[in-house]
Amino acid sequence: MTAFAIQSVLLWSDALLFVLIGVIVGLSLWASRQDALRAAWARVAKDGVAMAAATVLAVFVLIGLLDSLHYRARLEPQPGAPARYAVEVNSALDALLSDLRQRAEKTYSAPLATHLYAKEALADSTQREFPRLKFGGAHLGDNLDNHEFDVALRASRGLAGGLVVWLLLVALVRRVNGLDLKAVMEVGAGGTATGAIFITLLPIFLLLGLAISLGGGYHVFGTDKVGQDVLYLSLKSIRTGLLIGTLTTLVMLPVAVLLGILAGYVGGWVDDLIQYLYTTLSSIPGVLLIAAAVLMMQVVIDTHPDWFATSAERADARLLALCLILGMTSWTGVARLLRGETLKLRELEFVQAAQAFGVGRFAIMRRHILPNLMHIVLISLVMDFSGLVLAEAVLSYVGVGVDPSTISFGTMINTARMELAREPMVWWSLVAAFGFMFALVLAANLFADAVRDAFDPRSSA
Amino acid sequence: MSILSVKDLAIQIGAARPVDGVSLDIAAGECYALLGESGCGKSMTALGIMRLLPAAAQVAGGTVEFEGGDLLALPESGMRDIRGGGIGMIFQEPATSLNPVLTVGRQISEALDLHTTLRGAAARARAAELLDQVGIPDPLRRLDEYPFQLSGGLRQRVMIAIALAGEPRLLIADEPTTALDVTIQAQVLDLLDDLRRKRGMALFLITHDLGVVARMADRVGVMYAGQLVEEAPREAFFDQPAHPYSVRLFAALPDAERRGGRLATIPGSVPAADVRHPGCRFVERCSEVMAECRSAPPPWRDVESGQRVRCFLPGAAPAVAAGVGAGDTAIAFGSTPLLEVKDLQVHFPIRRGILQRAVGAVRAVDGMSLRLMPGRTLALVGESGCGKTTAGKAMLQLLRPTAGSVQLDGVELTTRSPGQLRPLRAKMQMVFQDPFASLNPRLRIGEIIAEGMQALGTGAGANRAAEVGTLLEQVGLRADMVTRYPHEFSGGQRQRIAIARALAVNPQLLICDEPTSALDVSVQAQILNLLSDLQRDLKLAYLFITHNIAVVDYLAHDVAVMYLGRVVERGMAEEVLGRPRHPYTKALLAAVPRVDGMRSEVPKLAGDMPSPANPPSGCHFHPRCPLADESCRRAYPAEMLFGATHAVRCIKAV
Repeated sequence: MTAFAIQSVLLWSDALLFVLIGVIVGLSLWASRQDALRAAWARVAKDGVAMAAATVLAVFVLIGLLDSLHYRARLEPQPGAPARYAVEVNSALDALLSDLRQRAEKTYSAPLATHLYAKEALADSTQREFPRLKFGGAHLGDNLDNHEFDVALRASRGLAGGLVVWLLLVALVRRVNGLDLKAVMEVGAGGTATGAIFITLLPIFLLLGLAISLGGGYHVFGTDKVGQDVLYLSLKSIRTGLLIGTLTTLVMLPVAVLLGILAGYVGGWVDDLIQYLYTTLSSIPGVLLIAAAVLMMQVVIDTHPDWFATSAERADARLLALCLILGMTSWTGVARLLRGETLKLRELEFVQAAQAFGVGRFAIMRRHILPNLMHIVLISLVMDFSGLVLAEAVLSYVGVGVDPSTISFGTMINTARMELAREPMVWWSLVAAFGFMFALVLAANLFADAVRDAFDPRSSA
Repeated sequence: MSILSVKDLAIQIGAARPVDGVSLDIAAGECYALLGESGCGKSMTALGIMRLLPAAAQVAGGTVEFEGGDLLALPESGMRDIRGGGIGMIFQEPATSLNPVLTVGRQISEALDLHTTLRGAAARARAAELLDQVGIPDPLRRLDEYPFQLSGGLRQRVMIAIALAGEPRLLIADEPTTALDVTIQAQVLDLLDDLRRKRGMALFLITHDLGVVARMADRVGVMYAGQLVEEAPREAFFDQPAHPYSVRLFAALPDAERRGGRLATIPGSVPAADVRHPGCRFVERCSEVMAECRSAPPPWRDVESGQRVRCFLPGAAPAVAAGVGAGDTAIAFGSTPLLEVKDLQVHFPIRRGILQRAVGAVRAVDGMSLRLMPGRTLALVGESGCGKTTAGKAMLQLLRPTAGSVQLDGVELTTRSPGQLRPLRAKMQMVFQDPFASLNPRLRIGEIIAEGMQALGTGAGANRAAEVGTLLEQVGLRADMVTRYPHEFSGGQRQRIAIARALAVNPQLLICDEPTSALDVSVQAQILNLLSDLQRDLKLAYLFITHNIAVVDYLAHDVAVMYLGRVVERGMAEEVLGRPRHPYTKALLAAVPRVDGMRSEVPKLAGDMPSPANPPSGCHFHPRCPLADESCRRAYPAEMLFGATHAVRCIKAV
């Protein structure tokens, strides 16, 4: 144990995320053996827009996963004492971005700026001036005339780097698959729209090159009130958004599926009860319900500080609780959808044939109803994802979202509220949060659309 | 002088050609029947003529001339005048071809607006007149009603009224009576025939039913795989069909003369629409194949005056040796009934108000009794809505009966709990109507068939897999099909799978709920043959729920006729079908369109079946009965016995 300079930390949300990924991998292995499912996914793979969206999503997921590998760094060993670890919990992403994380300025600075955004009284001057940034453009020294040239140089270097990496990748794929360029650009192995993937990868690589090259010397998206790099904040927000989007669905889905099928198939008083439950739940204003639950949960967390070893664990608990609460309040829509579909399926003859054999209720629900509902489940799962990412932003903006120490799009937008009212206006953190969230939600929506089309029985003919 | 002239019409959907070179002429005032099985392209032809093809389909060639003008060259605005004004069209499903949120009057005046100058009160008067012409009583009241307030037969009449509003010279009727009961079908067919004669309107009738063709057509065109294969005047066609396909269609029809024998079937299936045919399209399924059939498409050849056929065979195709009736095949196995139903009632409560109190009941089955001996076939006959399917489900305890008793092999079923019923479920099984809805699309064939064995614990482990294979072979499929999914099979094959699933638990009784009504004639023949083979080999008893009298004639030993939840006449098949005594049975039999074109003298039934929520007093049949008088309204008639087995509930029966 002591051989490593780090101690890995498994937060609850990390564990759940990895379980979820395991489940998805397992399900896709299972689906690849089901002809109908495989055919539907093959239709998704053929769709250029879907594959482009999937590529963007994959980049986001990769960042989110890197941000979910948590550890505590070992402190300088004291001779004779047992190894001690830092209180701060960091992730692999933090380690990759340690430059961005540690180069904090004093307060606001505009994107690619060399000076702070606010005037201060300087020690060697009688006037209030814009002080130089500690890190942004520090390599320029006093030679500030070079600033624009340096930015252009770094930008073109970054773009060129991105292009080169992309060309290398294309060449590599060509070599491995033995295809000519045209074939790669159209439809590649197994009918997948590889062309769309590569075309999407090109801007991603270009942006990546730009960010790396410029980020080496400047704050690409500026800094926030306490001088943190906004690019770093945006990247850290991705994990929060993904977690809220996926874990909430994970919480919601079993409830929605179980109650929806029960209400539809069993009928009678069970149906009445479940209907009353979801009618009641959905008639309470959503934000109010969530706010009440979040506040109660916060009291519980605050009164039991001994439950959490680090502040990261506490923030994580609050994030999980938010997922749970969102899940418990958002299952009604899917349950209602599934109930309706079950009512239809229940009258179909194959269900009656099973009843004629004396097959038990739960066996019928599992064998005959559930598999025929899976396309609806899948579609609503993907569609809900983007809604939940947006819901987090709204809730955090209202103040009942994630822990204030958790970096999320919602908290970024929340602080941007004050920044926009400031004169001169600070616009960059809102724009950065908006840009990232827009890309994530748009990609998820486009992907969901393609999935829905592929699984819609009417369009499969 | 032909009013509609179609030449070499070809319709393309992607690579497929559902219609490939159809030429036909319809003279003014003539009824031309286009006959074919599902998927042969007959509806597509009609839509192509009307230029109403679905978005994916397009006309790939040919011309359509209506009254001398080329329809395919008309602009869309010109076409709009033709539709409804020149050519009217009615569709198969009256339930979906009317707009549910508009009154009948609005929907008729929409057509009047487009094609006449009548407006306001004049249009309303004309609409009422049209309703009157199509035989709807009390037309002024009906104008303000919504489609849901009308029965299926009335809705189809409204559809016809709308089609007539623009005074069309040609009416295209796409399976106009397929969704209707035989007594209603007879009414609608009479109406169409009548209108045609009165108005001198040509009728282009699309149907799969030889009986309807015999009843209505002046000329017949037989379509197969996108092409016309035979065209003939009705008499010539029914005297001597010339194409091997037509000959087989006739031989596949079940009727009383073929009882106990096998029906002729057409091997194989219709070729897919995207197959290119170098020779004759029927070659794979024909027994008279010659060398040239495969190499070149057969040319049209005149057989006699007006009859022409697309076949190389000289003369007419030889008749197919259809099984000649061996008479009654039933062997009585013991004298105790296998299934005995006494006074069975299934009522569905009608609930109203906030507290959902029951204010009445739909008496779907209202005191029915019947008895089925082992190894015999009892046909339960009746129109839709008479409660026959509900009765079948109540016997299986899929629906719990409200009252009455159901005894299987002497064991009372109605008082048993679901757990106690489970061991008895192996003795009785059900085959459903729709082979597309009765198999779970997500399960493999093997899993579907093994489900019953698994649930009832018969067969085990490796044994079970072998048994599934045997079952598949027993119903005429291959044992290696177990790993496939239902969507890979045709309708007839799916029905075989459904039968294999029911047989998997070795039942003694099979309740077959319209098992062939969703199938084409040639496939129906295969399934009926299979059922009679299985009965012979496994000594099964069938309760055959159907509205198809021809099928009953072919395979039933006993018949029970149901009307509004009760059995009105029962007895041996030859008694009930040969010498029907109840006026309803007589009317039902008379309404069936016969292939030999003979009309019976029994008066056709007027009106519809009353609602089972509110049955008429006394004899349920009296409002429609030609013999009814005051005594019929007073009490429900008791059962009168004619001989040992023939029982009738009618005081007028003689």
